[in-house]
Amino acid sequence: MLVPLPLPPRKTLTPPRLLLAADPHPKSEPPPHLLGSPLRAPPCRTCSRSSATSSSSLSAVVRKVEGSHAVARQTAELLRSVVSQHRMGSSANQAAALADAVRAVGEQLIAANPIELAVGNIVRRVLHIIKEEDISATAVGIEGLSVTVDSDDEYDSEHDDRPSLSAAVLAAHARNALRAPSLQTLLEDIPVSPAISRTASSTGDSDGKSKSGDKSSTRKLKHDVIAAIGDLIDEIDSCYEPISEQAVELIHQNEVILTLGRSRTVKEFLYAAKEKKRSFRVFVAEGAPRYQGHVLAKELVEKGVQTTVITDSAVFAMISRVNMVIVGAHAVMANGGVIAPVGMNMVALAAQRHAVPFVVVAGSHKLCPLYPHNPEVLLNELKSPSDLLDFGDFSDCMHFSTQDGSPLLNVVNPTFDYVPPKLVSLFITDTGGHSPSYMYRLIAEYYSADDLVVRRKSTA
Amino acid sequence: MDLRRPPRSSSGGVEPKIRQVGFFTPDASAPSVLLPPAAAVPAPLAKQGAAAGSPPASDDLSPGRLSPVMIPPPRHADLLAPGSPSPAAADAVLATSAPARSSARLDVASEIADDDSWSRAPSATELEENKRGLSEIRNEGAPASIPQKQKTSKAERRAIQEAQRAAKAAAKEAGKSAGAASAAGPVTSKQAKSAKNAHKKDLPQAASTVASEKKVTERLPERERKLDAPHPRMQFDDVHKVEKAKKRAVVNQSEARNRVELFRHLPQYVHGTQLPDLESKFFQLEPMHPSVYKVGLQYLSGEVSGGNGRCIAMLLAFREAIKDYTTPPNKTLSRDLTAKVSSYVSFLIECRPLSISMGNAIRFLKNRIAKLPHTLSESEAKASLQSDIDRFINEKIILADKAIVSHAITKVRDNDVLLTYGSSSVVEMILDYAHELGRKFRVIVVDSRPKLEGQELLRRLVAKGINCTYTHVNAISYIMHEVTRVFLGASSVLSNGTVYSRVGTASVAMVAHAFGVPVLVCCEAYKFHERVQLDSICANELGDPDVILKVPGKAEDHLKNWADNANLQLLNLTYDATPHDYVSMIITDYGMLPPTSVPVIVREYRKEQLWI
Repeated sequence: MLVPLPLPPRKTLTPPRLLLAADPHPKSEPPPHLLGSPLRAPPCRTCSRSSATSSSSLSAVVRKVEGSHAVARQTAELLRSVVSQHRMGSSANQAAALADAVRAVGEQLIAANPIELAVGNIVRRVLHIIKEEDISATAVGIEGLSVTVDSDDEYDSEHDDRPSLSAAVLAAHARNALRAPSLQTLLEDIPVSPAISRTASSTGDSDGKSKSGDKSSTRKLKHDVIAAIGDLIDEIDSCYEPISEQAVELIHQNEVILTLGRSRTVKEFLYAAKEKKRSFRVFVAEGAPRYQGHVLAKELVEKGVQTTVITDSAVFAMISRVNMVIVGAHAVMANGGVIAPVGMNMVALAAQRHAVPFVVVAGSHKLCPLYPHNPEVLLNELKSPSDLLDFGDFSDCMHFSTQDGSPLLNVVNPTFDYVPPKLVSLFITDTGGHSPSYMYRLIAEYYSADDLVVRRKSTA
Repeated sequence: MDLRRPPRSSSGGVEPKIRQVGFFTPDASAPSVLLPPAAAVPAPLAKQGAAAGSPPASDDLSPGRLSPVMIPPPRHADLLAPGSPSPAAADAVLATSAPARSSARLDVASEIADDDSWSRAPSATELEENKRGLSEIRNEGAPASIPQKQKTSKAERRAIQEAQRAAKAAAKEAGKSAGAASAAGPVTSKQAKSAKNAHKKDLPQAASTVASEKKVTERLPERERKLDAPHPRMQFDDVHKVEKAKKRAVVNQSEARNRVELFRHLPQYVHGTQLPDLESKFFQLEPMHPSVYKVGLQYLSGEVSGGNGRCIAMLLAFREAIKDYTTPPNKTLSRDLTAKVSSYVSFLIECRPLSISMGNAIRFLKNRIAKLPHTLSESEAKASLQSDIDRFINEKIILADKAIVSHAITKVRDNDVLLTYGSSSVVEMILDYAHELGRKFRVIVVDSRPKLEGQELLRRLVAKGINCTYTHVNAISYIMHEVTRVFLGASSVLSNGTVYSRVGTASVAMVAHAFGVPVLVCCEAYKFHERVQLDSICANELGDPDVILKVPGKAEDHLKNWADNANLQLLNLTYDATPHDYVSMIITDYGMLPPTSVPVIVREYRKEQLWI
């Protein structure tokens, strides 16, 4: 289940990794909010193939955009444009071709930044969406057109009425038409689905429809997929709402909460509790080396939350007086482990020592279907040493080296920490609260099992 | 395993004697029961003899050393309690004193009444040597035991009593059996003799220990007892006391705004307000000696920091002050000088709260002043005090550091990866020494805001050619995978094993513990303190909150004007308390010990300190 990822460089005093060379494509419409971005490389007009190369514009972006939320959103938008630009050929297997196109882009995106797991998550989600739409279209083709209309209406009305509704519900709805989302179907699926979905998409297409109404059905498929990706984007945008709705139920009066660094989800969560007239106190550890805790403290104070900024080293000292630790995550792995900003494992250990609940809030786009192996090293990224040491001050130490030429002075500045599932008390996602041991099941709702390894095709 | 070896080997010379006792009390538990007191007693006694200048007490007490149970004050006795050497003998004693067992004091009374010689014991009818021994015991027993005495529960007192009774019974039985086995060889006769001695002399002495304990606890003036117990610290959430203190204060300090609710009991002043005020008062502050004044300013500006550095600076300033001191007319030196030192100390406290090591040093100095013989002339007294201070610095800090280095170096092997946090002077010495010896190792320097003391350490180590890795405390989980040893410094080690040190030490120790990496805390024994602490909140020091704002290398200042918003507080803790279970070993000048043995060192050390 593990995707082998390149080992990030360790212990360097070299400048941070260079951004991948940008090779953007003019025909692929860039995400709208990137248009004004100064980081966007100039468009090149020579490329002719559309979708596959358009990803490289995002490859550059992936490195430049920070935060899994922004990355997830842009990935989804890019994939939507890939789908919309995909020329539906007359080949028998429309869905497979579409999936292949998405997968090709996805591979590049993931390769561009294997650490940013949200990219892979969204690619898998889109692949899953294509598959579901294809199955439903096939089912419709077999059962008759009336159902298609039904399901279409359902989609549209849902979309109109409650745009903020989470995609999990939508997905569940969609799935309900196909199969009940029970453990039984899951168990049935695991051995069968790789075969079924492949064959279903191919045979179903060729058998059921290819002879009759090719054009309309492919257009329908593409339209449905684009609409579903649109829903996914909406879901990513609005993931804070269902999470923060749960805040009042988890925070009591006069609660003392500790958090590390800054997470938008945490901020919205605390805001929601404050808006419901809950009064509580927050300790914000500043989160070296980015010191985003200062920003969070400022934002909380603006809303009138009692906030105390502490240094990261004081976390252990203060945690004995804290009722709950609420933190954001970079990614949630299938085993319930969390990839989080550096320092989180220390906080989690301290919380465990004092039996303080350690709560992780994360939107569903952060749920990663992979099981981590040695994530401290493999899913980590080392940033510039200049965050920690002022090169100017330490220039006199730079020229020292050992006999074999390796430098005497090394600086380690990792970005992420891995918090093992046993240290996490609770996950709050947009579908509610879950224990770490349940995460694998929750994640199975969002992804199809045969997409876990996106890169499989290229390696095969 | 390593942890326990040094103390045991140091007591190796005593073991045969214990076996001798074991001959009479064939209970298996006897040697282990007797070991701790045996290990503990000879060293202080010998040192006392040498230091106090009295005729060497060890010779006089040689019969007493035969059964070392008798000598130590009762705290070791809790160790003795569970395994009373000979059940039968104990029963015999129990039979005589059974009704009185419920009350410890009655118990003593009845037991003393049991034996004629015992009742005589506290009185002056003893032999000369016993008297001397008694006075010594009283003196050494009193200060160490009194703080504890207040805390001992009834159960503990009873355990002590039982242990002593058992010991007596053993000795008695020894006497009996020796008498019975008179046909045995010269060894036995010798033993019999010594056992008789034990019967005649040690028992009185044991009784006298008990009695003197009792006497001391009962009769010790309230004032003196208070002097010995750790002072309750000033609690700054008490409005009246704070007002009072303000009136006394030399330095005008304005209290910080937006203080953290949890830390109301700690002093926190607006940083930087004292300095100009103090500077302007330089000529007005008549009673302050200039050298003390200078040290105060250095504390205030942060120029002198670190437990040892601050302590040495303070002691040297006091030395200067004592050198320039003249007793005012109509006053005695010891009283006036004590008052003087107290005023210096309160000035220094206003500059920066005392560290625990400084508190110990001050206590030592005051003790020396109080114990000055009245026969000394002023110049002699001053010279003696100055040499005392020098000796303290030398023995307790400089030599102690060397001893720690020599102990710790045995724990550095080739290809080790050593992690240290912040900047500890003694850890730096260890690393330097290991490098000089040619050991091949890497050092990981972990640092944290706001002080970033590790950077200076890093610079010095790299300049010496030691391979270093630098990181911040948040990355500790990442880096801990490769670490084989963690060396930490400490500001103090408290008697429940808690290590009180630079904030962040606890986190480092916790992560090391979680990764199964041994944590070695290096701390000189003079920094040990009998105080206990469970968290980092009840006692701590608050630093300047404004330094949290300034992030190195980041221009934007998100929290500017933070004090204007009542909802926002910045907390800059200076210390934290590491629970003892995270600490594998404490390396001190007396050797390497587990954190559970800290109270032993505290006790022994305090005794020695008084008799230095």
